[in-house]
Amino acid sequence: MNGTMTATGTAAVTLQVALVAAGAPLLAGLMRQVRALLEGRVGPGVTQPWRDLRKLLRKEAVTPAGTGPAFRLGPLVLVATTAVVAALVPLASTATPVSGGADLILVVALLALGTVALALAGLDTGTAFGGMGASREMTVAALVEPTILLAVFALSIPAGSTNLSAIVSGGIHDPVRLASPAGLLSTAALAVAVLAETGRLPVDNPATHLELTMVHEAMVLEYAGPDLALVELGSQMRLTVLLGLLASLSAPWGIATTASPAALVLALVLLAVKVALLGAALAAAEVFWAKLRLFRVPELLAGSFLLALLAVTASYFLTGE
Amino acid sequence: MQPATAHRTVTDIGPAELPGRAADLLVGGHRLALVAAHHDSADEPGGRAVRVVYLFVAGPPDTRTELHVRLDPKAPELPTLAHLSFPAGRFEREMRDLHGIVPLGHPLPHRLVRHFHWPRGWYPMHPDAGPPPPFAEPEGPYPFLEVEGEGVYEIPVGPVHAGIIEPGHFRFSVVGETIIKLKARLWFVHKGIEKLFEGRTPDQGLPLAERISGDTAVGHALAYCLAVEEATGAHVPLDARRARALLLELERLHNHVADLGALCNDVGHGILHARAQHVRERLLRLNQEVTGHRLLRGGVVPGGSVLRAVPGPARLRELGREIRDIVTLALGHTTVRDRFTGTARLDVTAARDLGCLGYVARASGLSTDARASHPFHDHGGALTIPVHTTGDVLARFLVRAEEAEASLATAERLAAGMEAGRTTGTSLAWPPLFARGTRRAGVGIVEGWRGTITTRVELGAGETLTRVKTVDPSFFNWPALPVALADTIVPDFPLANKSFNLSYAGNDL
Repeated sequence: MNGTMTATGTAAVTLQVALVAAGAPLLAGLMRQVRALLEGRVGPGVTQPWRDLRKLLRKEAVTPAGTGPAFRLGPLVLVATTAVVAALVPLASTATPVSGGADLILVVALLALGTVALALAGLDTGTAFGGMGASREMTVAALVEPTILLAVFALSIPAGSTNLSAIVSGGIHDPVRLASPAGLLSTAALAVAVLAETGRLPVDNPATHLELTMVHEAMVLEYAGPDLALVELGSQMRLTVLLGLLASLSAPWGIATTASPAALVLALVLLAVKVALLGAALAAAEVFWAKLRLFRVPELLAGSFLLALLAVTASYFLTGE
Repeated sequence: MQPATAHRTVTDIGPAELPGRAADLLVGGHRLALVAAHHDSADEPGGRAVRVVYLFVAGPPDTRTELHVRLDPKAPELPTLAHLSFPAGRFEREMRDLHGIVPLGHPLPHRLVRHFHWPRGWYPMHPDAGPPPPFAEPEGPYPFLEVEGEGVYEIPVGPVHAGIIEPGHFRFSVVGETIIKLKARLWFVHKGIEKLFEGRTPDQGLPLAERISGDTAVGHALAYCLAVEEATGAHVPLDARRARALLLELERLHNHVADLGALCNDVGHGILHARAQHVRERLLRLNQEVTGHRLLRGGVVPGGSVLRAVPGPARLRELGREIRDIVTLALGHTTVRDRFTGTARLDVTAARDLGCLGYVARASGLSTDARASHPFHDHGGALTIPVHTTGDVLARFLVRAEEAEASLATAERLAAGMEAGRTTGTSLAWPPLFARGTRRAGVGIVEGWRGTITTRVELGAGETLTRVKTVDPSFFNWPALPVALADTIVPDFPLANKSFNLSYAGNDL
């Protein structure tokens, strides 16, 4: 590995994380703006989430009485794990110094770690809402994580590796895989899992003020000020990373496979475009969806798990090995 | 044409006769519409006493029967009627908290209206109550029933909520996500409205009546005016009665449309909410043109009505098309329909026993409507009263959608040929002249958008109000919410609550 390659690779990782962190609030703003326009409202503009974060960061930190380290560390763990995932996942480049470690199981474990940290923080507050939100989030997470694992696993069979970079570069060099039954099924399963994991409709309603219906929001109800800013940023980054992963796995074109700086810049621009398009499409779809009854959510997730299972089966038999 | 004059009979009885007489009336198809306590002074015809008025009503034909019970002012005590009628038990608790009248043998003698911090022994409606004292000597925490068992936990919510809604404390006892028991503690908004009425002239009382519950300005103002007009013998001309009926339907419309959208919003279907809000805004602007106020204040006045404009049929029909569109889209959406169906079921027996009114009762199969049973204006058989029987959120949604439709048709029919302007009586014009030095009473019963509103007023010597008692339908419907929620899941509570959409302000005067 020569010097230029390492330098470009490091730059790719840094830029990937920076783009996710800076772009995540803009993605949230874009999605709200799309929704507002479709509903006939003016909307606050795409930069509103950044203004909200700035406002929250300027406030003093408030910690409820009786809470311990779980409450204080929760937001940090959430943002940190998401940042590590953003570095590992081949969003813009498959040739980075850390791409060897971009293992599927590691990525899912990191996402789960963030979820669990926040659920523990919710329990730590000792309020009924914290516990209720944590319980609901864990129910959803327990169904979602296996689906993500299985869906990506279906894609890993033709690549012969659970390394995400290998899967993505395999997709770039052999696009037929993406349109195979296994590829399509796993993309569908992954899309549903992403909706559930990031608390979007029809699983959770991110815009609700009704505390009793909340899943994610109930868990973080006690956060205020800079901690709340981290929780919000963490959730927005998770959405960005997961949409980015979905884009990389289902439409990997444009992702840099070499250490060329020009290819990297193009890949970053394309990443922003792809994620923005996916986000806008999701926001537009959400306008026409309604929230499922909580007890119907497992049915939806079981359906997506089944799709993932079919993807694995199809992949196993159709790869013909 | 003058509708059949309401027939109101008054019988003075002793406390011992009360349970028997009340039982006879209830068995005979009457419902207890209102209970009001009065502190008569020594110069009243009957001398100093605490006088409790029980108003029983039935209809059609419009029948109103009052039982007056006189009690010792030093130690006012009454035999309870709680075993005969559930609402009676609640009226008794309200009277005890506000007036200090003790219901003997009450099965559930907890406080109802009484705020935690009111000083012990202070009764705000008592003539010696004086100005509100500072918070002192609390009566101790409310005795919530604790549900015990494996895996049961409590979720306390409110009285301060995440959204902009009125204050209420809800305590859920839950296993997993299923509600075992819900206790609603309201009564955080006592404003002393009944006390504020005292000593005002009927004209001065109107702005107060319009503000009892902000969304029911016409309903409460009309019930108040009807009561005052009965007390004074004022004649209201046909045109004014028609205009009042029109205003009542306009109020029903804007509230129903807002809630049809809000129900969609509570299941996360935001776009229909946005559309419903758009239609509601157009209705509010129409209201502004008709009465000069977006929530229709100022349209109903003692003795008549004031209209600045009359809504045209084309405009009403266009709004009707929009509303039908919203309803069709909502019911055609599988997730929305699934969330509505079977959620928070209130069966007909419970609705009847609790004395439910309005769309809550009509969604559970009870056809109660004061426009038919206690009409102030003759609709001539053209009135549609939608009734559904399943008693779930879907039934309440459908009843309100169909009522909005019926309201539009009624409004169009009433508005035909109507002219804007002030309409008040000519032969016995307002303000009427009545004999000074006599106490006169009147009752107004109106089908507001939430249900039947009953107001009873008494005018003393000197043309001033001595007592005004208003009962909002929410007073009857609130106990139905916990009943409907048994075995519902916690995340469905906001939806169920919105489908009832009861007033906190009208409930706690």
